Amino acid sequence: MIDNRLYKHPILPVEDKPLFTFYFKDRELKAREGETIASALFANGIRIFSYHHKDGAPQGIFCANGQCAQCLVLADGFPVKSCMELIKPGMKIEPVVGLPELPRVDPSTPLDFKPVEEIEVSVLIIGGGPAGLSAAIELGQRGVDCLLVDDKHRLGGKLVLQTHRFFGSVEAVYAGTRGIDIATRLENELRQYPRVTIWLQSTALAVFSDKKVGILKENKQYALVKPKILLVAAGAREKSLAFPGNDLPGVYGAGAFQTLVNRDLVKPTEKLFIVGGGNVGLIAGYHALQAGIKVVALVEVMPEVGGYKVHKDKLARLGVPILTSHTILSANGKDCVESVTIARVDEKFRPVPGTERTLKCDTVLIAVGLDPVNEFYLKAREFDLPVYAAGDAEEIAEASAAIFSGKIRGLEIARELGVYGDEVPADWYRTADILKSRPGQTYPEYFLEKEEGVFPVIHCLQEIPCDPCSAVCPRKLIEVDRSDVRKLPVYYEEKDGKGCSGCERCVVFCPGLAITLVDYRRNPEFPEVTIPFEFLKEIINPGDEVSLVDVSGQELARSRVTSVKSIKGNDRTILVKVQVPKAVAKKVSGIKLQPEITEVEEKYLGRIPDEAIICRCERVTAGEIRKLIREGIRDISEIKTITRAGMGPCGAKTCTPLVHRLFREEGVPESEIVDQPKRPLFIEVPLGLFAGLERKGVRE
Amino acid sequence: MSRAEYEVIIIGAGSVGTPTALFLAQKGFRVLVLDRNPSPGQSSNKRAIGGLRATHSDPAKIRLGLRSLKIFSTWKETYGDDIEWHQGGYCFVAYRAEEERTLKEVLPLQKRHGLKIDWLEAEELRKLLPDLNPRGLRGGTFSPEDGHASPLLAVEAFYRQARKAGADFRFRENVRNLVIENGRVRGVVTGSGRYEAGVVINAAGAWAAEVARLAGMEVPVKPDSHEAAVTEPVQRFFEPMVVDIRPVKGSANYYFYQHATGQIIFCITPSPSIWGFDERETSEFLPMVSRRMIDLMPRLQNIRVRRTWRGLYPMTPDGFPIVGWSREVSGFLLAVGMCGQGFMLGPGVAELLTRLVAGEPGPDDEEILSYLSPYRSFVSEEKLK
Repeated sequence: MIDNRLYKHPILPVEDKPLFTFYFKDRELKAREGETIASALFANGIRIFSYHHKDGAPQGIFCANGQCAQCLVLADGFPVKSCMELIKPGMKIEPVVGLPELPRVDPSTPLDFKPVEEIEVSVLIIGGGPAGLSAAIELGQRGVDCLLVDDKHRLGGKLVLQTHRFFGSVEAVYAGTRGIDIATRLENELRQYPRVTIWLQSTALAVFSDKKVGILKENKQYALVKPKILLVAAGAREKSLAFPGNDLPGVYGAGAFQTLVNRDLVKPTEKLFIVGGGNVGLIAGYHALQAGIKVVALVEVMPEVGGYKVHKDKLARLGVPILTSHTILSANGKDCVESVTIARVDEKFRPVPGTERTLKCDTVLIAVGLDPVNEFYLKAREFDLPVYAAGDAEEIAEASAAIFSGKIRGLEIARELGVYGDEVPADWYRTADILKSRPGQTYPEYFLEKEEGVFPVIHCLQEIPCDPCSAVCPRKLIEVDRSDVRKLPVYYEEKDGKGCSGCERCVVFCPGLAITLVDYRRNPEFPEVTIPFEFLKEIINPGDEVSLVDVSGQELARSRVTSVKSIKGNDRTILVKVQVPKAVAKKVSGIKLQPEITEVEEKYLGRIPDEAIICRCERVTAGEIRKLIREGIRDISEIKTITRAGMGPCGAKTCTPLVHRLFREEGVPESEIVDQPKRPLFIEVPLGLFAGLERKGVRE
Repeated sequence: MSRAEYEVIIIGAGSVGTPTALFLAQKGFRVLVLDRNPSPGQSSNKRAIGGLRATHSDPAKIRLGLRSLKIFSTWKETYGDDIEWHQGGYCFVAYRAEEERTLKEVLPLQKRHGLKIDWLEAEELRKLLPDLNPRGLRGGTFSPEDGHASPLLAVEAFYRQARKAGADFRFRENVRNLVIENGRVRGVVTGSGRYEAGVVINAAGAWAAEVARLAGMEVPVKPDSHEAAVTEPVQRFFEPMVVDIRPVKGSANYYFYQHATGQIIFCITPSPSIWGFDERETSEFLPMVSRRMIDLMPRLQNIRVRRTWRGLYPMTPDGFPIVGWSREVSGFLLAVGMCGQGFMLGPGVAELLTRLVAGEPGPDDEEILSYLSPYRSFVSEEKLK
């Protein structure tokens, strides 16, 4: 029996929750309490959930975030998004094949219409992620009555998926702490404030012109909220990419992947391929390795990855091929992903003929950037409802920046409500800007000349907002410019007559795993190097031979592990010690985890790019839309009229940027394109809820 | 470009203007359509829900409706485009004596004009619509030859065929003025230039009064804003458009049907009317319409609503359209005030306008035009708005 659940994880706790039976197409399967329907299916090795009603194309997970409707299944006869609905004992899950039948209701049954709940609050916050939580804390502290709504089962937003230690500033935003732990801290702090009300599993549906916000409350009831001020902290949605095969089950977003692995502890893949070298893609790759998933390769179309170098270095050191100036040509497979075809690109991002390669994999992650979820913000502006946006909903940046921007927006709102009299401190805005900044300059690696004693080697070579190393050295030997934490850390050999004691705290706490410790004291010719490691302790043991690599993943030496240990307060990072020749000791920056696993398929399986699906909901291809653009159509509403692109359940959230891309490909300037209007509802909701009826079908 | 190359300019590429361009072009007229939007049907046409009926309560609309139905229902075989036409019929339901009386009152006239329509008692009606709430149901009318189609696809089809027939369309053109010399219309001035033609047709929908004013005419057309929505698609479970004309607080009537795609599309008539151009979504619509619909057809409680929008009904005081030549400015033709029925009457009106421009009136046109005259008294009241 297939069981893709994770029972061990180097960072995440695995709770032993009870298993129970459910059914998929009459097959008896096991689910773990707390799993969504989608996760339970993945845990049982099921990746094809349904078949599209238009052409029978297999459908599976895509956003795992309640935004699209790809993962639709029938649960006890009712159509539901399997990524948002929890599995229940005995539940009968069926694929949707063709159009679903609307469940029958005895027409003479009396109906109990209840009035729609209407409430007034000072502040409504949409989104309980880093930005929303931080804002709510600022407001809660000051006694402002707030309602915070979040569509998930727990608070924290994407923080709950982040197993890595955070960058940013220790002073401002919990740098050095893991995202999952920041979520808990913020939630615990917020729960102290009695005037903050939290509705979980509650999705904002629409901002109306009468300044009320429609909310699907606790997934079962409709409510209208009239806030004095709206704060949109709804985060981001992932951009999609059009290539042949992009609609196969097994192609999905990096966020979906992190949700399955890190939240639901399901291993959805054996062999992963990643498109996109921003922080999201790089971190997803790292998370995959932590969950025991092989990463076949990561491609990035630009000549250099866009994410933090330390994230890239971590992956490269562990043995993941990072192929810059490469693109995906197609995902291949009959009903699911079986391989990808990639190629090198020239300086104009055109694939270079003859460089195509087909790699075996079962899953393709799309991590090509994020777009703000800003429709509520724009509607509120249009309707003159006072509104603020924070975090990714305002501007895409790191979660640390979202925490800080939420804090600022919270204080600004408090000020507008008259409960905070001062100005928001000017240095907060400066800190916010620093935290939002893109990676800066990269410097060549520099080593101390001396070969004696003990000292850290800082393999952190790119300007990014990050400072935990400076906070943890007991002798303050590592400094980061306090006025601008983007500056590289500087190591001082001595302060007040005291040098490095070899306490290893900097090695443990660096979020980028970019500090090693070299100790010449016992054997100057074969110094001992301490390397940080965030994997299960049992996969590495003293005596194991390991491949030691430099900052970019090039092998320097092979050596045996001398010891594996953890230090106090290590927070799940373990320290691996090796002895290496002094010639390479300072250069060693990591252990290669994954041997070369890339299996190249011989046959080139590319399809015609015109076949690539642009609108997943209505199954509209690039070719159909391209033809209309070539006929001269510039109004996306007209494209929608003719093809139905954008008319599906997701509300054009996925296809709009892709349609713009097709226009760009055809050389149409952005100024000529007319976007279609955005209309409510944000997600599909049963009609009965608007009439005050209880939600039917899906059990509580 | 020679500015005199057109014989007819149509203002508005919507439900009326677009088919009019097609029929005029087919008749050999050199036609230009001007619209301020970037593509056809982008104002009220695309906001129409798609119902098509001839079951009106007056001879003019019945005749125009019958012609329109003929054109829509034969469109695919004539032109090849799928406009998602479905002959599901129309069903006006009655739960009170008042509505039963109203519906039965107009039946003789409807039958006299050749409409296939009958009163069905509650039991028969429930065979047609088994999911209808039986409590208090008295019966209803059923007209099986009515139906529905996609306004979006239909206007796109009219547009393509019109261009194929030689009509020109210019979008993002704001009409600023009419050129009138010695009481005759000579052309149109827009933000980007001047176009000449001896006939100008006002098919500007909700904005028709503004355009008429350019000719010095006051036409009593003002928009009333209605809200509508569409659901997810499900397997077909009923055929006709269902109309409930019971007035209750907040709404005069509402109607819904299952489109060819399987989606339910529904709309409400607010009471009192919401005059003006406000098309922003309200929080009242869904709670109001959902109760009425579910009360009528409880099975609808589980269908998931996908999108809502508002659209404008260009209303006239008596609920009938205004079609005819201006007496003050010769060559200026009005096809306005469709009262939210521009889509269902459009092709019929378009043929009528073509006959008017060509000077080839049909046998019934005089009677039709007398009902729709811009110069009528506007005192009667349409019974089945």
